[in-house]
Amino acid sequence: MFVRLAAALAAMTLMSGAAFAESPKLTDPQIAHIAYTAGVIDINAAKQAQAKASNKDVKAFADDMVRDHEAVNKQALDLVKKLNVKPEDNDTSKALSKQAADKLAELSKLSGAAYDKAYVANEVAFHKTVDNALEKQLIPSASNAELKGLLQTGLKIFQGHEQHAEHVAAELK
Amino acid sequence: MQPRYLRLMVAVLAFGALAIPAHAATIQIVMENLVISPAEVSAKVGDTIEWVNKDVLAHTATANNGDFDVMLPPKKTGTLVLKKAGNIDYYCRFHPNMKAKLKVEP
Repeated sequence: MFVRLAAALAAMTLMSGAAFAESPKLTDPQIAHIAYTAGVIDINAAKQAQAKASNKDVKAFADDMVRDHEAVNKQALDLVKKLNVKPEDNDTSKALSKQAADKLAELSKLSGAAYDKAYVANEVAFHKTVDNALEKQLIPSASNAELKGLLQTGLKIFQGHEQHAEHVAAELK
Repeated sequence: MQPRYLRLMVAVLAFGALAIPAHAATIQIVMENLVISPAEVSAKVGDTIEWVNKDVLAHTATANNGDFDVMLPPKKTGTLVLKKAGNIDYYCRFHPNMKAKLKVEP
C-alpha cells in the first residue's frame, strides 16, 4: 500500500512538473490566471478536508488554507483589476485543474486517518510544485513589477504553507 | 466632586505615573509581506513589544519555548509585556518560514 501511495505521489509530482513545462513563454494575463488557479485548487482541497478530516490539526490546517488563499486571491483580483489585466486561461492552468480534480476524486474515496494522511501529503507535494513553478517560471516571466511583487509574496506564503504542512504531516506519524 | 476627592485623585494619578519605571518602552515590530522586521530586537524586562501585522493574512508571534503565543489578525496589532530575561526565538505558526528573535535583558 505504501509502495502504491509513493508511486502515486511520484507520478503526481511528475505530472505537475509536466504541467508547468508545457508553456515556455507565459504572458502576464496567463501568469495571473495560473497563480489564481493554484489558489483555487488549494481552497477546494481544503474545503473537502474541512468536511472529511478527523484530526483536529488537519482541520485547523484546512481552515488556515481557506483563509489565506481566499485573502491572497482577493488581493490578486484587486491587482489585475487595477492593472486592467484580464486573466487568461491556458494549458498550464487547465492541466493543473485537471490534476486537482482527479486528486479530489481520489481523496474522496478515503476516510479517517487514511484521508488525513493523504490530504496532508498532497498539500506538501502541491505546495512544493507551486513553489518551484513560482520561483523558476512565473516570477522570472512576469513583466509587470506589481504582479511580480505579488507573486514573490505568494511564494513566501506557499513556502510557509509547505513547512506548516510538513509539521502537520510529522505529527500524524 | 468634593475638592478633597479631587486632590486625592490627583495624588493617586501622580503616584501612578511615578510607579511606571522610567525605562519601560514600547518596541514596534512590523510583519509585512511575510517578513518580520527588525528580525532581531533587544529589549528589557518590563518593555512592551507591539507587533503590527500589515498583511491581509493572519499571523502569530509564537515563542519556540512556549513562553508566548500572540494572535495577530490581518491588519491588526498585538502586544506582549516582557516578563523575563533571555533570548527567545519566535515564529508564525501559520507560516513557519517567518522567524525572528527577542533579546530580553533583565
